[in-house]
Amino acid sequence: MDILSLFVIVPVLVILALVFTKDLKQARLVSMVGGLIQLGMAINLLFAYFRERAVNDSIMLFTRDVVWFEQFNIHYNIGVDGISVSLILLTSIIVLAGVFISWKMEELPKEFFISLVILSTGVYGFFISIDLFTMFVFYEIAVIPMYLLIGIWGSGNKEYSAMKLTLMLMGASAVLMVGILGIYFNSNADGGALTFNILEIAQVNIPLEAQKLFFPLTFIGFAILGALFPFHTWSPDGHASAPTAVSMLHAGVLMKLGGYGIFRVAMFLLPAGALEWSWFFIILSATGVIYGAFAALRQTDLKYINAYASVSHLGMVTFALLMLNKTAWNGAILQSLSHGFMTALFFALIGMIYGRTHTRDITKLGGLLKVIPFISVVYVIAGMALLGLPGFSGFVAEMNIFMGAFQQDSMFYRIATIVSISAIVVTAVYVLRVVGIMLMGPVKNEAYTQLEGTTWYEKTGILLLLIPIVGIGVAPLWISNLIMESLQPFIQGVLL
Amino acid sequence: MNLINVFLIPAIPLAVFLVLGIFSHKIKPAISGVTGVAGLAVSTLLSYYTAWQYFFVAGKVDGAYQTFIEKTVWINFTETLHIDMGVLVDPISVMMLVVVSTVSLMVHLYSRGYMKGDEGYTRFFAYLSLFTFSMYGLVLATNLFQIYIFWELVGVSSFLLIGYYYTKTSAIAAAKKAFIVTRFADFGFLIGIFIIGFYTNTFDFELLNDPQGPAILTWASTSFMGLSAITWALILIFIGGAGKSAMFPLHIWLPDAMEGPTPVSALIHAATMVVAGVYLVARLFPMFYMVEDGFALQIVTYVGAFSALFAAIIAITQTDIKRVLAFSTMSQLGYMMMALGVSGLEGHEGVGYMASMFHLFTHAMFKALLFLGAGSVIHAVHSNYLQDMGGLRKYMPVTNITFLIAALAIAGVPPLAGFWSKDEILVAAYQNSQFIYGIGIFVAGLTAFYMFRLYFGIFWGKDTEYKKIPHESPASMTIPLVILALLTISAGFIPFSELVTADKIGFEAHINVPLAAIAVTVGLLGILLAWIFYKKENDLAYRFSVAFGSFYRWTSNKFYFDEIYLFVARNIFFKNVAAPIAKFDKKIVDGSMEGIGNQTVVISNKIKNWQSGKVQDYAFGFIGGVVILTLVFIYIFSN
Repeated sequence: MDILSLFVIVPVLVILALVFTKDLKQARLVSMVGGLIQLGMAINLLFAYFRERAVNDSIMLFTRDVVWFEQFNIHYNIGVDGISVSLILLTSIIVLAGVFISWKMEELPKEFFISLVILSTGVYGFFISIDLFTMFVFYEIAVIPMYLLIGIWGSGNKEYSAMKLTLMLMGASAVLMVGILGIYFNSNADGGALTFNILEIAQVNIPLEAQKLFFPLTFIGFAILGALFPFHTWSPDGHASAPTAVSMLHAGVLMKLGGYGIFRVAMFLLPAGALEWSWFFIILSATGVIYGAFAALRQTDLKYINAYASVSHLGMVTFALLMLNKTAWNGAILQSLSHGFMTALFFALIGMIYGRTHTRDITKLGGLLKVIPFISVVYVIAGMALLGLPGFSGFVAEMNIFMGAFQQDSMFYRIATIVSISAIVVTAVYVLRVVGIMLMGPVKNEAYTQLEGTTWYEKTGILLLLIPIVGIGVAPLWISNLIMESLQPFIQGVLL
Repeated sequence: MNLINVFLIPAIPLAVFLVLGIFSHKIKPAISGVTGVAGLAVSTLLSYYTAWQYFFVAGKVDGAYQTFIEKTVWINFTETLHIDMGVLVDPISVMMLVVVSTVSLMVHLYSRGYMKGDEGYTRFFAYLSLFTFSMYGLVLATNLFQIYIFWELVGVSSFLLIGYYYTKTSAIAAAKKAFIVTRFADFGFLIGIFIIGFYTNTFDFELLNDPQGPAILTWASTSFMGLSAITWALILIFIGGAGKSAMFPLHIWLPDAMEGPTPVSALIHAATMVVAGVYLVARLFPMFYMVEDGFALQIVTYVGAFSALFAAIIAITQTDIKRVLAFSTMSQLGYMMMALGVSGLEGHEGVGYMASMFHLFTHAMFKALLFLGAGSVIHAVHSNYLQDMGGLRKYMPVTNITFLIAALAIAGVPPLAGFWSKDEILVAAYQNSQFIYGIGIFVAGLTAFYMFRLYFGIFWGKDTEYKKIPHESPASMTIPLVILALLTISAGFIPFSELVTADKIGFEAHINVPLAAIAVTVGLLGILLAWIFYKKENDLAYRFSVAFGSFYRWTSNKFYFDEIYLFVARNIFFKNVAAPIAKFDKKIVDGSMEGIGNQTVVISNKIKNWQSGKVQDYAFGFIGGVVILTLVFIYIFSN
């Protein structure tokens, strides 16, 4: 069995095992073991990748090609480069952390964990696909369980949120499908057969008119998932209603599919379209960066704050991708990773705070540093990471993005860049606002003095997420080199 | 020179921070205090050893001090542009090592007494270690990006320490304010760095300051809005420096930062962190001087001079003793900036640069002493306000004498440290411009006046009715005071002009007797005036405040700058930007998505009526469809 297909097979086996579990204890144990195996596989993949990369310089490694649907030339075609390896690692860590955070999922635990694992299967599959069609299928596999996860295990206005999220993401899929089919039907422009294979299509000169038409469709299709302004409104409501682990997986991993898809599909296959349209999407992205930050400033619900912070930070991902150079792209991938860990950590912490105080309204909370010090201190650290403090992953990512953006020497790019950079000030304000109101100050509610301390599984979940944030932040060179090397073939496509 | 020792200097406080931070709940206070002090003592010894090695043994080649660099790549931006991490050893970085170590060690020692019994004792020492580590990293930085990285870390440790009493609302507000104001300044700093990175393709100080390097050779070719882009970058970088060094108009956070524990104010907001801005300009001095004939440097001069004057005026009317000292710090920092601004580069021309660094050094000693003395007083009377003090010289003899020494030093009375450095600054200003010199000498008079207003107010005058008889602080607090007082007396005799100069070649500095005489006279006049006003209980000061009513009100309200900022932040950004955006998002953006959803429902409701089950409806639809399709096909095929 090849090393990559395992990422689809192991989750399926976990699901099978989960079917036979009887209660929460068994379900979470199976999920945890499954998560640990996946993490082990991801780490193993990383080292295998380093070994293989040393002797093999093709774009994708560990490739495997199985014909799936011959008539339309659809293949189960998989392979990875440094970018997908790093994102697979991100996914495996967040899945495991999510299991620990859901340790006390009393309600329908078996079904919950099954849905969670289905979701992660889709994500893994998406990251290893080289075939557009397979990729799309995995994308749908990842999106659909969201409806159940929010609709059944959610809170608040959950039916509405689940419906809204699913409909908007389905709308995105529809747009994306048109984009992908557009690419497919132009993949014979140089005389070959129609194909979904990304690497083959990249060699084809798709006519400029087609690129201009299908780039925005593909871009928007993916960008909706990446919460690009103004298509982000599913995300605050969706996150607010979703259970903790789902928010973590969704914001931490699923939203990364957007940026990754833009990079792998829209940019790589339609570079001329990207050049043509970049100005328009740069405006949207830069607006999203500053807009999300200001919107976060006014929210009082912790999850809404984090959702808008995500709009701001993921705006930077699309912004960086549109800068069309290696430095900024490296920043975009790093930002995807960094935001994945940070936002998952935030949702985990918010879940813990909510679980104890039964509110997410910061105006009702206060002085938490005194009563739940561990969670509060980590919250401060996560906040510092979010506002781009050196020593944490966000700083590394943002500096790459901004430095890359500065390589574009024209007034339009300069202004957009400075607008985006100014978000670092607003981010500091909204982070410190929460820290000041919720964590510091006198304890607002007498009942809070009796809050339960942090349990071992919560600490494990937190540390799983915190370690990569600090690790990337302190020693970024190896991961940056891993990504940078893989960017070379992609940047060549754009520069031609 | 062996730089391994130099790497250890920041590494030790980092290790102490990690240990104390991670195990803060398990370590006994006594142990954490000793760990903090011991760790820092080692760093301090290493710093002194480095300074001795550098200045007197291994640093000099052919009469000029060399720069030693050891670095490694931290992250790559492009093939040529990367951020390095490493250490850079040259006269100013070594001098800063000595300053940071000395003051930090004194503050560590002092805090063991001052913070005794506080529930966050271990946390306090952890933060102090974090700060010291960041500050070491800042002064040893080899390139602009590294300095920025540690700059931010210093900022966050300042945030943590100002907000140390985190249940106190005013402390939280002050901590947030400090962080956000400096963050705003850093926004400028960062853009400046990016501009430099883009045009010169390097961040290294060595290359940037090199007269044959990319920055200085090519600035003329990078024009933007009438100035060189490199000049813009320098101005932006100076904004960053002005934020940290509390220059007008980014000074508003410094007085509030006094909400932190007093030892913190001494360490961070008087002696070390706030001089980071001065250090930054000094670090890039050749660039400031040579790019566009020093245009950016002129801005530094005027901002510095104005801040010095502005802060000195406000300091006169403040009644919180720590705030008086805070404005005094701002004023003295302005002095240092001004001295850099009027400096030249070579030989005696560079006296301003030397004077600025000299003053940075002496100021660190006597201002730390003043703050720690103030802390000792606050510890005794449990209040920050002048009206709660008076006549304390009888109860606190050590504090009284050491405070007096520091006050005399800052007033520029020979032979104390402040006299020597201030005199050099005034010489430099005099060489450059009469106007700047005039401001300098006037500020010197004001400084003497407000400082002795403070001194007489605390230690002389009538006793306030104390609830408990104040008593001298314990030895753990007075010993650092005495050590700093000794340094304040002796630091002036360090031959700075031979050690720390702009071109790294020593020169002979002379006392300019007429200028020195004027400065001392002005200082003594200030003291005399304070003596008349405040030595004995009288209503002279009150009568003056009434006579200059509106001016008094403006100064005691710090010229209403806090209110202006608050208005901009709250009424403009929070109420008129953030709130409308949040509303726009809910109503318009989300609203239109909702609208699409709702319209779909409405339309589908209409469409579903078509499925009425009535055969005649279907037949009508069927025939209609056939007719339409027929027409369409006829249209298509007839072409």
